[in-house]
Amino acid sequence: MADFDQELDASGLNCPLPILRAKKTLNAMSAGQVLHVVATDPGSVRDFDAFAKQTGNELMESKEDGGKFHFLIKKS
Amino acid sequence: MEDKKLAIIATKGSLDWAYPPFILASTAAALGYETQIFCTFYGLQLLKKEPKLEVTPLGNPGMPMPLGMDKWFPVLGLALPGMQGMMTAMMKKKMQSKGVASIEELRELCLEAEVKLVACQMTVDLFDMDTDDFIDGVEYAGATSFFEFAGESDICLYI
Repeated sequence: MADFDQELDASGLNCPLPILRAKKTLNAMSAGQVLHVVATDPGSVRDFDAFAKQTGNELMESKEDGGKFHFLIKKS
Repeated sequence: MEDKKLAIIATKGSLDWAYPPFILASTAAALGYETQIFCTFYGLQLLKKEPKLEVTPLGNPGMPMPLGMDKWFPVLGLALPGMQGMMTAMMKKKMQSKGVASIEELRELCLEAEVKLVACQMTVDLFDMDTDDFIDGVEYAGATSFFEFAGESDICLYI
């Protein structure tokens, strides 16, 4: 997994909390920085994809590893 | 993205039906939508400082009942005193164990994201509700002002 500037553990949280926490964390970051989100909600896979498309932030990576979902989002 | 707009009318005052307006509004706000929730009739309960929202299995055949309760408590049993409180407690516990946010938490996230909460003045008067019981920041308006916002909205939902 590529480098990231900040990490957010959204494990155990259900829709829409992983997205809302990610958005809040991104708000405090600067453009070009990368956020690594860890989630356990299977719905978050499609949601982070849709979040990136709608907000213009880039979803650099989305993968499942050991029962958890990992997302790398670059702030636009 | 040019700001899109979401207008929601919230008309229900039960714990389960409090979720859709707040989930959709907070998510829309995170996606950059300018969002407004117009609370009318029982939806005014969503604006209370301490919302006492409950869930009822009565008249709701779609509600999954825990522990085979539907077998032991047929419809009339569900009307027994204390049943609603018990169902509410069980539902809240279940939500917590599944990592579902509380209504208070979702509402707080909405307010942080500048979702506008509007109370229907007519129903506030109709039910003699004390506006001191409502959270700060609530605006009071009527149908006409709802249309001012909803008429320009991209998505408009009646819940």
